[in-house]
Amino acid sequence: MKTIEYAEILENDKIADDIYSMTLFAPAIAKEAKAGQFVEVYTGLGEYILPRPISISEIDSQNGKLTLVYQTVGKGTEYFSQCPVGDLIKIMGPCGNGFEIKSCAKKHILAGGGIGIPPLVQLCKELKGEVTVFLGAKSNPVLADKFRNLGAEVYIASDDGSIGFKGNVVELMNEIKPSGDMIYSCGPKIMLKFLAKWSSENNIPVQVSMEERMACGIGACVGCVVKIKRKGENDWQNLKVCKDGPVFMGDEVMWDE
Amino acid sequence: MSNINTKINICGVEMKNPVTTASGTFGSGREFSEFVDLNKLGAVTVKGVAAEPWKGNNAPRIAEVYGGMLNSVGLQNPGAEYFINNDIPFLRQFDTKIIVNICGHSIEEYCRAAEMLSDSDVDLFELNISCPNVSQGGITFGTVPSMAEKVVSEVRKYCKKPLIVKLTPNVTDITEIARAAVSGGADGLSLINTLLGMKIDIKRRKPVLFNKVGGFSGPAVKPVAVRMVYQVCKAVNVPVIGMGGISNYEDAIEFIMAGATAVAVGTANFSNPFATVEIVEGIEKYMIENGIKDLSEIRGIID
Repeated sequence: MKTIEYAEILENDKIADDIYSMTLFAPAIAKEAKAGQFVEVYTGLGEYILPRPISISEIDSQNGKLTLVYQTVGKGTEYFSQCPVGDLIKIMGPCGNGFEIKSCAKKHILAGGGIGIPPLVQLCKELKGEVTVFLGAKSNPVLADKFRNLGAEVYIASDDGSIGFKGNVVELMNEIKPSGDMIYSCGPKIMLKFLAKWSSENNIPVQVSMEERMACGIGACVGCVVKIKRKGENDWQNLKVCKDGPVFMGDEVMWDE
Repeated sequence: MSNINTKINICGVEMKNPVTTASGTFGSGREFSEFVDLNKLGAVTVKGVAAEPWKGNNAPRIAEVYGGMLNSVGLQNPGAEYFINNDIPFLRQFDTKIIVNICGHSIEEYCRAAEMLSDSDVDLFELNISCPNVSQGGITFGTVPSMAEKVVSEVRKYCKKPLIVKLTPNVTDITEIARAAVSGGADGLSLINTLLGMKIDIKRRKPVLFNKVGGFSGPAVKPVAVRMVYQVCKAVNVPVIGMGGISNYEDAIEFIMAGATAVAVGTANFSNPFATVEIVEGIEKYMIENGIKDLSEIRGIID
């Protein structure tokens, strides 16, 4: 069940260039939310009418808190970054289906790129067993310490080589050759595409969390589609990132279209 | 509630209030029913239904622009059979009227959709001859008067329910198309569909939409819509569903004063999922505060 709440901003801190971490008091949504789901955040600006889909980075359902880590990429997210602590902000959620945690899986691989890293934090908290995390960004991936503090083994890649391995997440995985029962990932489409290829070559299934330009966030407008070919079906279909996703199996996404 | 009458009659169908949804912004009501009591709406106008399933256009299909948005969904829909088996039974649980929007690439496809839906349990048909996002059919029928008249008169033969024709604003003279649709047999008209628009990403030097162009909707288009509803209501004698940028009850009243019998809420559903019900309640409040017993007292009062 989705709710619209006016959430109090408890924290809204800059954690890296253009990246902010906002903690909200949103008890109704926090109670329902799962790792990999997102919320729609409304701008309250009349001229920018659409809510912004932002992934949930951490859920504290007991205390009714949600943490969103977002990048300022336009007028809406810039507005969020200027909202003072104590203000109320309108949000809807939880939206989408989130990651599927298979109880039989014991060894997990997480792969996050850029602003795709945040939703993996909550997932890392919920996974039982051994977790290996690969994080990549242009220069310095965010939230690496969060994963380390959760006891995960963390590998870092940066495009410019300023920290860790020089290259992308998939190139780093080719170096490390991790083993596992499932890969969970979120990041730029190009990264997810190469990760899906890596996944099939290494025979480890991958869940990819996709992003697409979105309007309603609940499956009504059919704006945010991705081409999916389900196993056992002859034809592909345009499925909605907001309602059918945002997480899909990597081998069901038609990457080259 | 004092003795106000919010009921309206459109083409012989009574709605409990003048508020419906704009096709394509509300699905078949299922998703929004988490937020909106559909019993409170005069009608639900569903997303376009074709005879067979349509896959729609490639993503990106959505772009935000100042005061509104562009879409190039391209009428993705699961087809008439799915709609009849799944969406009509869902909507019939509620005390609201069903307006089915039908689309096609050709006269034959429009007629086939109308035929498939004609014996189904819907209240009104809305014929979409105005979608800017499909390459054949759609808007071409909506921009050439003789074509509009032809497709309406053909669909009319298969349509056992009142037929409303949805018009595009992307024409030189909307009254010309309105008259053609009426002479083809339209029982009512709805307008406006989206205005053709475009947005360019200057960093990537590419259009934001995969389709390059798309339909512009939202608060920014409202003055164009009010003007066109006003012109059409002066030109023809059939009821009109007014839409285009309606975000609050004041906007809805503007359309009614311009001559609209009913109003449809579209893009506002995205910025405020409660918009439809808030507009229903706002209209009631406005009527009470202004001593209006029936909307006919203010409908089309602008000379």
